[in-house]
Amino acid sequence: MSADLVTSMSDTPPAEAPQFPMPRATGCPFDPPPFLRTLQADAPITRVRLWDGSAPWLISRYDHQRVLLSDPRISADAAHPHYPHATTGQKEVKKGMRTFINMDDPEHARLRRMVTAPFSIKRVEALRPAIQKIVDDLIDDMLAGPTPVDLVQAFALPVPSLVISELLGVPYADHDFFQQNSRLLVNRDTPPDEAMAAQHRLIDYLDRLIADKLADPGEDLLSYLAAQRVATGELSRQEAALMGRLLLVAGHETTANMIALGTLALLQHPDQLAALRETDDPKLIAGAVEELLRYLTIVHGGRRRVALEDIEIDGHTIRAGEGVILANDIGNRDATAFACPDRLDIHRDARRHVAFGFGVHQCLGQPLARVELQVVYGTLYRRIPTLRLAVDLDLVPFKHDAIVYGVYELPVAW
Amino acid sequence: MKVFIDQDKCVASGQCVLAAADVFDQRDEDGVVILLNPDPPAELADDVRQAAAVCPALAIRVEEE
Repeated sequence: MSADLVTSMSDTPPAEAPQFPMPRATGCPFDPPPFLRTLQADAPITRVRLWDGSAPWLISRYDHQRVLLSDPRISADAAHPHYPHATTGQKEVKKGMRTFINMDDPEHARLRRMVTAPFSIKRVEALRPAIQKIVDDLIDDMLAGPTPVDLVQAFALPVPSLVISELLGVPYADHDFFQQNSRLLVNRDTPPDEAMAAQHRLIDYLDRLIADKLADPGEDLLSYLAAQRVATGELSRQEAALMGRLLLVAGHETTANMIALGTLALLQHPDQLAALRETDDPKLIAGAVEELLRYLTIVHGGRRRVALEDIEIDGHTIRAGEGVILANDIGNRDATAFACPDRLDIHRDARRHVAFGFGVHQCLGQPLARVELQVVYGTLYRRIPTLRLAVDLDLVPFKHDAIVYGVYELPVAW
Repeated sequence: MKVFIDQDKCVASGQCVLAAADVFDQRDEDGVVILLNPDPPAELADDVRQAAAVCPALAIRVEEE
């Protein structure tokens, strides 16, 4: 088939464009949907059908994803009429109240740089002892309590929630409130009015906190935003509250899922778990974190964008105004980028994965996530060497319905 | 090997520092890249290439000699 023919065939969305997202295979909870693999092999740049009937492009190859995510003609503007929203709830939340993750440069860069300082490698490394203490204390509590225990509630959620609360200056005592509302925001089947209500509750909460910090600043990030950006008129209180909401939700929801799902993946790969348990080499532990980020790619709905100009890529033309979804989960399983991509191998060099995305929007909190996961993976299995799943794998409730993949519960014993 | 950085493009992901801490650092105020050594020795060449490859903003350019 000539390149011209391919282009002409796929430029018009076919009526039978496959529905996205697609289901994972039964019994393969760690692998991307098998149909994504078919697309990656046979139609790596193609149209899919979304919940609202729109037909954005689905990009499944690693190299195409990197090229498009770093192309300035690709926009992250969620207010664009053709932005491919993940759910109706997300659409309502995002189009009304955008943070910098859904803006383009130069506005994106100006706002992002207001909050990058606390996530520098140096600043995050300085938190490592405090994170280690949080992890050790939670493990002490688990060991002192009964089994089986739900690892999500006892450990995976509290670790990043405690860390991000401390960093932002949000009272951890309010964790039930912010965890519950975050969950409503990231579940795909939350009705739009409920998603909107959760968004408003979180923003009102952060707005009140920022007002408190304006009056009585501490050493935390919200105090910094209040004193250095709101008081100076650079940000409105509403904008600062939105930014705080973004960091609070992103800061605990994602890492919590990596902790629980990562632990489950390791329990299903005992040789890998043993290698991790028996090492004290920080390089191997750091490598294991990168490999689990690649292998699990928990942001399984893809990175969502819209083309601002016509873009030629590999014989296809993405027209200005068309939506684009970069499916990072299958991108991280691309055999041209990672040998034997479906094998979990903590000894491989996985650092070039796109689990945090790519381009100017790549995850802001990644240095913090890395240190949290290094401490967790480097500690939990050494402290509890007999850790085991307390139910059959097929009874574990997976978050198929959430924007961030993971498990709702993980009953474990030792 | 010669290394060039573009601070305007940098998004402070910190990955260059993780890959090659002897060559890259970050500004205290916003985490933007600082080039410590534009002319790194041969033994750091692989680390520097890795840093350029993982930079999400394509803010690091390497000229091989």
